[in-house]
Amino acid sequence: MEGTDRFFERMVIDHQNRIFALGFALTGNRHDAEEVAQDTFLRAYRALCTYPPDRVRELKQKAWLHQIAVNVVRNRVRGVHPKVVELNGSEPARGSGPEEDVMRKLEIDELAARVAGLPPRYREAVVLRHVQELSYAEVADALEQPVGTVKANVHRGLKLLRGENDGDGDA
Amino acid sequence: MATVMLDLKRLGDVRAPAGFADRVLAQVGMADSYAVFETVLGPVYVAWNRLGVSAAMRSKSRAEFEEWFRKEVGRQLVRVDPPVDLAAKIEDQLEGKRRMQFDLRGLTPFSQAVLRKTLEIPRGQVRPYGWIAREIGHPAAVRAVGTALANNPIPYFIPCHRVVRTDGAIGNYGGGGPEAKRNILMLEGVQLKRLQDLAHAGFRYEGVRTTKVFCFPTCYHGRTAKEQNIVLFHDEAEARAAGFRPCKHCRPAAVA
Repeated sequence: MEGTDRFFERMVIDHQNRIFALGFALTGNRHDAEEVAQDTFLRAYRALCTYPPDRVRELKQKAWLHQIAVNVVRNRVRGVHPKVVELNGSEPARGSGPEEDVMRKLEIDELAARVAGLPPRYREAVVLRHVQELSYAEVADALEQPVGTVKANVHRGLKLLRGENDGDGDA
Repeated sequence: MATVMLDLKRLGDVRAPAGFADRVLAQVGMADSYAVFETVLGPVYVAWNRLGVSAAMRSKSRAEFEEWFRKEVGRQLVRVDPPVDLAAKIEDQLEGKRRMQFDLRGLTPFSQAVLRKTLEIPRGQVRPYGWIAREIGHPAAVRAVGTALANNPIPYFIPCHRVVRTDGAIGNYGGGGPEAKRNILMLEGVQLKRLQDLAHAGFRYEGVRTTKVFCFPTCYHGRTAKEQNIVLFHDEAEARAAGFRPCKHCRPAAVA
């Protein structure tokens, strides 16, 4: 028990930003992102408590947490579509926080909302591949889909994001 | 294509909000939450986790409480807004109405047994240290009981103030010294003056002539008797010789 606790603490500290970013890209807002990330770690902890020590040691933490987070999002948004926030021509944000000094917060939020507006199967594939930068094999594992399907979904998702909606959509 | 992918990569650089890891650890019970609650005893700092209330102290400041908690309990501590349901439970517990859940992990099995036993002492009553020792099956460990109670991490809620010395002296109190102990007992309706007069005269038990049962002087059953029916005893042998048996509620002696 003591060992599990220390292992878990390490895992939360190591992966909190990555999992929060994942929740943010999948849900499109910071509030839901925190809920998803908290829920992900909570489920991870409950699972860890039931795992034998060698299974915990051999765990591929990153892929495992991504898989849990994707399932958390799938379960909570079933039937609910994320709100897409329109921020066209918005005023420049003042005082960018220390967290994002490259892009301003509003732009990041807008981008997250746009990504979250994608149909779920494209969204998951695009986010895991290009936001989280997993390999195609890791994405396929986390989504439990064939690599070919993942590649196609990433491709179509990117097309939608660039505004090229005609042609080879999933129609 | 390239710019979209570059933008997406930046989306991955978003960081979790401040305090996120602490809140997660608090949720799984590895860190405790705490808040200040207004109670009949004044402001009390209370820490809790999913297993129950883990600590309480009338500290002067947040810093003082946090330092005390880390030293005594050794877990991480996260300050939150006081939850309404917990505030209600705290009020009820101090009024003797409800039983809270407590997290006593980290204490020795002996200390846990002492504190669990202490929880059984009803409001308005007191017991000697030796009573706790006997009830938990370590009749000789009276001094160790005193130590365990002195280090009670949850005073007021686990009523260590209801354990007093047999000679009538009030005994020390980790929750703010003997004076605080006296005040809390008065607040709970214990007739301290009478208790101490009896103790000074050497009387430890009182019996009721009509029932032939002897009790600790603060026991509820003893208090309802008429004055002329009350008999005082110095010790168990004297009471038994007079044909009295120990009360089954306050258990002044092992029920044979």
